[in-house]
Amino acid sequence: MNWATIGTIYAKELRDTLRDRRTLISTIVIPTVIMPALVLGVGKVTTAIVSKAKVEVPRVMVIGGADSPGVRAELEKSGRFRVETATVDWKALISDKKVRAAVEIPAGFEKALDTGSAPAITLYDYQNELKSGLAVERLRDFFTGLRDRTTARLLAERGLPASLARPFAVAQQNVVPQEKVGGNLFGGIVPYFIIILCLMGAMYPAMDLTAGEKERGTLETLLCSPASRTEIVLGKFLMVLTGSLAAVMFSLISLGGTLLVVRASLSQGPAAAALGPNTPTIDPLGIVGVLAMVLPVAVLFSACVFAISLLAKSLKEAQSYLTPLAFVAIIPCMVGLLPGIELGTGLALVPIANVSLVCKEMLSGVWHWGYIALIFGSTAVYAAAALALATALFRREGVIFRT
Amino acid sequence: MVEATLLTKVFHDGTKGEIRGADAVSFRVEAGRIYGLLGANGAGKTTTLRLLATLLKPTSGTAVVAGHDIVREPGKVRANVGFLAASTALYARLTAREVIAYFGRLNGLDGAPLRARIAALADELEMHDFLDRRCEKLSTGMKQKTSIARTIVHDPQVMIFDEPTLGLDVMTARTIIGFVRECRARGKTVIYSTHVMGEAEKLCDVVGVIHGGALRAEGTVAELKAMTGESDLEECFIRIVAPGVPR
Repeated sequence: MNWATIGTIYAKELRDTLRDRRTLISTIVIPTVIMPALVLGVGKVTTAIVSKAKVEVPRVMVIGGADSPGVRAELEKSGRFRVETATVDWKALISDKKVRAAVEIPAGFEKALDTGSAPAITLYDYQNELKSGLAVERLRDFFTGLRDRTTARLLAERGLPASLARPFAVAQQNVVPQEKVGGNLFGGIVPYFIIILCLMGAMYPAMDLTAGEKERGTLETLLCSPASRTEIVLGKFLMVLTGSLAAVMFSLISLGGTLLVVRASLSQGPAAAALGPNTPTIDPLGIVGVLAMVLPVAVLFSACVFAISLLAKSLKEAQSYLTPLAFVAIIPCMVGLLPGIELGTGLALVPIANVSLVCKEMLSGVWHWGYIALIFGSTAVYAAAALALATALFRREGVIFRT
Repeated sequence: MVEATLLTKVFHDGTKGEIRGADAVSFRVEAGRIYGLLGANGAGKTTTLRLLATLLKPTSGTAVVAGHDIVREPGKVRANVGFLAASTALYARLTAREVIAYFGRLNGLDGAPLRARIAALADELEMHDFLDRRCEKLSTGMKQKTSIARTIVHDPQVMIFDEPTLGLDVMTARTIIGFVRECRARGKTVIYSTHVMGEAEKLCDVVGVIHGGALRAEGTVAELKAMTGESDLEECFIRIVAPGVPR
């Protein structure tokens, strides 16, 4: 095997790929744009939608409560609701999003307040609907306030202190460093995107360098040269790996930049006051760990997509083979997103899922060196096997000359 | 020199079963001669030439190309062969110069000798006007010149042409034919496959008629005509590959 020949093939493939707009989009543009788009774009859109929903004064209906005019008057006076008397079709109106919520005030409610034995108020909503949820939240807030004021008044009437209703408070405080909090928060999603981008970055160069070359007739031209099949595979494979790693690098650089922008915007104004020192961060060492673990994954993906693309005789056929692979890869990736799944010896041997989980741990500042070694080693073995398969396939005449 | 000995290639097809792409093909071509492989589509021309260029491995038999055995020393064979076929395309996103340089490097050339070789080829083939233009922007004629330069950048002893004029217009085809004659004049061993009788008649010193993967007859055009008693090469070809077909 001649490394100079492999270098020559790699250099040519790199030059060729850098002139291919479609590959540049999948390896550089999408990875660079997707992170800011997700973090800033989706975040901004969500904030805008929620803010708009919060500004709206919700239309709510009151069921019953004819003998409790004071409560209804207070509801109207609060200015937080557009109060209407319930019609017979109030459920349908909530379902059609014409009315956000309804409140049922039982008979004799106001009178019973004075004795401290009022029956339950029932709130009706459209479950998991944003504006309905906000309306119900306001209603709950209103009635909780009414309950607190009633309690205070009843206690005062009996000459008792208001603190009697709440003899002690319950406080909650985080004791874990913010790196761990951030790791736990982002630890699932960051490796998920990195692993997916790792695959995406490898896909187009792999298709172009194998099936694409078969389709264009340039593979036969290359096979006429003195370069051996192994040298050709390795030269091309290195280019596919470069595509995969480039996608990861560009996405990480872009993510870093995006987080800096987010951090800068959070360090000013009301957001900074609200968060104080409690801004979740990511351990930089964790990022280094993720990059190290991604290397064998990139080799594994590159070799797999290279081998699969080799079987196709055209770009279109290669695309139809690789699209299902993307779904197959996403499933183990999602293990890291699921709450409560802990890394064990069995899971440490499941490709992709193991990397997803260990990356989540590393980003949280947890370093299980035994598992890290096992996962790195097993992924490297899978990657080597996939590369050996790709090389074996490239030697098969039926695969190379399939037209 | 090229010498094929009982060169055989068997393909296995799921529906058609065993296909003999090349069936005990034996022939010998000396330096400075053009050997024509004449056959219809699917006769086994491409398979035979791919075996000689080591793109395929023979099922049995072998060949010696420029002093190297195709089974034992495939890399050395390829280093001494220039293979030009209708199916060997150019890299669209590279310039003509980059394509020639790439194949020069794969053949061990580099630096000043490679630059000098590219300049010499550009002079010879009149390529200077488009040498730095991407192949996707070249006309068919320019592409053919680039392909020729790519094929001979390493100055191979043996030239293999697999239906190189297929689908080309008359003017571009003439460039190729002229180049094939030039190769003979320079003392190279040339193997030329075609299904065009006129090309075989004009170019080849010896013609091998191939059909069903096997070499059915061999000789100069005059010898083949004498053998079949026909004055027209096309009729002669039909008599050899399908003796039962009426005139």
